[in-house]
Amino acid sequence: MSKISDYESIVGAEIINELKMLAKKLKDKVIQNINATSVGGGVAEILGRMVPLLQDLGVDARWDVLKGGEKYFQVTKKFHNALHGRKTEITSDDYEIFLETTKANIEQIEFYGDIIFIHDPQPVALVEKRRYLKSRWVWRCHIDFTSPDPKMWKFLKSFVEQYDACVFSAPSFARPLPIRQFLISPSIDPLSEKNRDLSEEEINNVLEKLKINRDKPIITQISRFDYLKDPFGVIEAFHLVKKYVDCRLVLAGGGAIDDPEGQKVFQEVVEKASNDPDILVLLLPPASDLEINALQRASTVILQKSLREGFGLTVAEALWKAKPVVASAVGGIPLQIAHKYSGLLSHTVQGTAYWIRQLLHSPEYATRLGENGKAHIKQNFLLTRHLRDYLLLFLSLEEEKDIIYL
Amino acid sequence: MHKKKPRLTKTKQPFHFYTRLNLIEFTGKKATNLLELVEIMKEVPGSVIYHHTHHYLQQHLYLSPEPPNDFAYWVTYILREEELGEEIASIDLCEFSTIRSLREKIIETIEEHLARNPGTLRTAPPGAEFHFFKTITFILPTPYIAGDLLEFLEALRKISIHSIYFHMFEAKLRLEKGENDFSRWIEDMLKEKELAREIAKFDPYTFTMEGLRSELCRLITKHIPGEIIECQK
Repeated sequence: MSKISDYESIVGAEIINELKMLAKKLKDKVIQNINATSVGGGVAEILGRMVPLLQDLGVDARWDVLKGGEKYFQVTKKFHNALHGRKTEITSDDYEIFLETTKANIEQIEFYGDIIFIHDPQPVALVEKRRYLKSRWVWRCHIDFTSPDPKMWKFLKSFVEQYDACVFSAPSFARPLPIRQFLISPSIDPLSEKNRDLSEEEINNVLEKLKINRDKPIITQISRFDYLKDPFGVIEAFHLVKKYVDCRLVLAGGGAIDDPEGQKVFQEVVEKASNDPDILVLLLPPASDLEINALQRASTVILQKSLREGFGLTVAEALWKAKPVVASAVGGIPLQIAHKYSGLLSHTVQGTAYWIRQLLHSPEYATRLGENGKAHIKQNFLLTRHLRDYLLLFLSLEEEKDIIYL
Repeated sequence: MHKKKPRLTKTKQPFHFYTRLNLIEFTGKKATNLLELVEIMKEVPGSVIYHHTHHYLQQHLYLSPEPPNDFAYWVTYILREEELGEEIASIDLCEFSTIRSLREKIIETIEEHLARNPGTLRTAPPGAEFHFFKTITFILPTPYIAGDLLEFLEALRKISIHSIYFHMFEAKLRLEKGENDFSRWIEDMLKEKELAREIAKFDPYTFTMEGLRSELCRLITKHIPGEIIECQK
């Protein structure tokens, strides 16, 4: 497990000192994080890094996980899709399952924090407990809120309004709400197994194990198997590129336990790719961080052709490895990519194919985009910046001023 | 190589380096056309105007020395009012020592444009509205203190870019001190009037943050006998 001091060589001593100064101001507070899963998915990954680092800084941060059965996770998956703007039928039974599971968790969970930090929609209704407590409650929304289904949002809003504050990942996710709303981008951990530097030997070993030949350019999309990540659009774009450039496509990703739809999408993708030996579809087990790291580093171009996206941390991961990225201009991706400067933004299958060809034909341009992308991630999307924003968020709950002297 | 310390004026009132850290808060307000933009600009707190004229500089400080402000960007690329966009982008931020006066200038520029072009109000497409945010600034001390120019230079090489940002931009405009902290201390305490004038004179908005650190170091080094320029962190 990384220590906060391990980051000094990457971000500089001053950034670490600033974190220590902020942490000191919170030494009497207990921060209780609650989310829906301890393994799989971006939120669990962020909390798994963030909580120990906050503790290392001297902040009493803890992490609890909500308990739910298969039916409950099927319902929350429906909620997730509806909040992303997808047409989804949600029945009164679904709402009932959601509220019953919430009620059971309210009874089981011990709410001991001075600040209760709830992540994503699944545990949002735990706030019903708030009236019995003195703690401050913050709801952290990690998903794309550009155009949520109005009915679904109305249901969720009745809970969100009971919080002291909420946090969104991108400007376009802001909603009219009577509570304070903050903008905090998520981040990647440069020292994690998924992002640390790898030797050529390590990269080759992984590629050999996954049976991926490096004899031609590799185009890769890393994402869980989900319609919203548009794996079929990626395959179509790849076919357009392959008319002109001989290359391979790797579609690789894992699944989270709160994502029962993943297996179905995976099978459909395998079927669609079955008649092209240059397309490799890989369902990676949860602990495949080294494999993802090596795959990204071995890639010539990395894609993130999502139709909807919370933030799209895979883009930050790819840019951190100085790779040229072609990604859809959705969710938090435009915050990570300044078009034609630190990557390329596309809107269609044809556009994605066009930009991939440009990058394959202009390796110097591709290198420059990758280097700029890495600098941008270093400045704005590493874990240390995220820690700083959370510390500031906790401090801002104490004082509602625009200029605060610490 | 060991260098002999030059003799420099030592002040009894040393310079304490502070830093600032920002958190961004949504206001919940959004505009779809220029009239709405102006109306909301008139009513929001100064920290909103500060955010939309400065946040790009903070996020892309390595990238471009000439950051567009959000108002100019939205007017140019979303409303496609290129002429007005250029007018707003070219407002010289250095000329303003208060957010109030900067706000008035932007509003005046937009209102003059509206008066010149009646009946041609363009609307942003859904999803591309102008969302208003504000910057919440936390100010905190750093361990760095300088009693003379050499100590000042040494600290300048070590402090974070947030600290440089605080003393060069925020102190002048947001805290309404009228000038940047560095020039004031160098002039008032060290009596180095020429150096203070040089620092006060240049436009910090035309540098990247590391470029600004280098330029400050270069100017200060010229005033320290025997000092070698070595300012990239």
